[in-house]
Amino acid sequence: MAIVNPAAEAFAASDRAEPEAVEYPGERASWLQVAPLVVVLLLFFGLPMLVVLAVSFFDFSRTEIIPAFIFDNYIELFRSEVTLRLYASSLKFAAIVWAVTLVLGFNIAYFLVFHVRGLLFQIGLFLLCTVPFLTSNIIRMISWIPFLGRNGIFNQALQGAGVTSQPLEFLLFSDFAVIVAYVHLFTLFMVVPIFNSMARIDKSLLEAARDAGAGRFRVVAEVVWPLSRTGIALGSIFVVTLVMGDSFVVRTMSGGQSASVVSALQNEVAALQYPPAAASAVIMVIIVTLMVAGILRVVDVRKELAG
Amino acid sequence: MHGDDTRPWTFYAFAAFFTLFVLFLYGPMIVIYILSFQGPNGGMTFPLNGVSLHWFSALVSQTRVGDIAGSFVRSIGLAAIVAVITVALSVLAGLAFRRRFRGSAFAFYLAIASLIMPGLFVGLGIALTFRLLGLPTEWFTTGLGAQLTWTLPFGLLIMFAVLGRFNRSYEEAAIDLGATNWQKVREVTLPILLPGIIGVALFGFTLSYDEIARTALAAGARNTLPLEIWAMTTNVTSPTLYAVGAVTTIVSFIVIILALGSIAIVQRRRAAAGMRTE
Repeated sequence: MAIVNPAAEAFAASDRAEPEAVEYPGERASWLQVAPLVVVLLLFFGLPMLVVLAVSFFDFSRTEIIPAFIFDNYIELFRSEVTLRLYASSLKFAAIVWAVTLVLGFNIAYFLVFHVRGLLFQIGLFLLCTVPFLTSNIIRMISWIPFLGRNGIFNQALQGAGVTSQPLEFLLFSDFAVIVAYVHLFTLFMVVPIFNSMARIDKSLLEAARDAGAGRFRVVAEVVWPLSRTGIALGSIFVVTLVMGDSFVVRTMSGGQSASVVSALQNEVAALQYPPAAASAVIMVIIVTLMVAGILRVVDVRKELAG
Repeated sequence: MHGDDTRPWTFYAFAAFFTLFVLFLYGPMIVIYILSFQGPNGGMTFPLNGVSLHWFSALVSQTRVGDIAGSFVRSIGLAAIVAVITVALSVLAGLAFRRRFRGSAFAFYLAIASLIMPGLFVGLGIALTFRLLGLPTEWFTTGLGAQLTWTLPFGLLIMFAVLGRFNRSYEEAAIDLGATNWQKVREVTLPILLPGIIGVALFGFTLSYDEIARTALAAGARNTLPLEIWAMTTNVTSPTLYAVGAVTTIVSFIVIILALGSIAIVQRRRAAAGMRTE
């Protein structure tokens, strides 16, 4: 086997029971090669996350954090009614944005894979979709202000066309603006993995389905959709974790009127209330992990990538 | 694929849908670039009140909009460092994953967890760690580390995609012809991987250059450009905001064009040399 899929190898390795005595050939070289990356991630990700967990049990005063082992931060969190409202708000955004980006992402990927002819043209259109991802998120967010503002382009156009007599107030600095910005920023994360899954579908399967008498819709529903599951799952994980973990979009685009779990956490950090912020982060990580696990339960990404 | 040349009606529906999506992606951005040329008395939206470079010059001259120039230099420098480290570490790690080794699953899941962890939490963790250790946070230490937790997993995933298509027989041929291990890597493996490596560098640079969530709490006292811009969104209500957006996007586009251009040159040379990588 000359060509290996490293991701599949990694997945497969986690499935094997690994007896300690057996040494794979070249294993030491692999360890040396992977060590720098692992060390950096342990130092700036692994260790800091453990510190967050530890600090979530700390006590604090107005100016400092005091090492302790108390559950007050968590008790406070579960007692507060605000917590529930924040989670409701974050979950609402996640659900709406997930649904919208899934519909957009699936259809765009479908168009690129099955309708566009010519590899160069396909790559060109794919790049057209991905280039904005490599530019500043904040600028892309800000660019909705002249569109959605009270005197913005939408309102001018609506009034110009006589659809409305006065400017719509709900466009900017509202949940609507937050959702528009999320969809604008995150649809790419849905398009790319679904595109990758669809590109691997054998076109003859579609022909076979058509020859067997399936209509356009049935081919999509019973062939393309099931075979794109891995991409859909990966895209969903990206979008859900991005929305749940966001504070910047919700703060800017709602004009401070809406909040998310993480934007509230950011306020606590600004007020130097590190232990409650850490406790909130721990709970959030647990919930996001459960959501990701839920997605992985529906679609076994590991099996499909390895297979 | 299709025997006939007629396209189904769904093609046109999808094409229209796709065009709308591209408009949705680019329209607002183009509008703010136009508005950044707003006249000195113009506002944040249409109509254009004359055309000028007023808001661009305001970027450099006005101190009240913050430290744009300083943060710009810091961000470019940081992005360059991040790109170099990301290329080196993720290429190495990518090569490691071509063999089986104990702990590969741990390394893989560590990278994935780092990728999907909400960015602000990573920054919070780093800030807390350094605070407890009594060390200062700086953009070039903690800020750098925070950004690497984001760019390294991306680099690794790109390397997986690149290596998945890599044909090992070229390396075996090199060994058969008497190449040493180092010669093999330098003269066969790396040249074949070059387009992918340029891709990793592009992602490393642009992801760092635009990063905010992880950097926000870990950058220390001196801001990177995205942090400076975000601070502007709360207190600057003039087209200066659009001018800075136009400038930073031009930088991104230059980097993207340089990367794609060099990938194209590599591919063309390769085609000219009659080499086939597939």
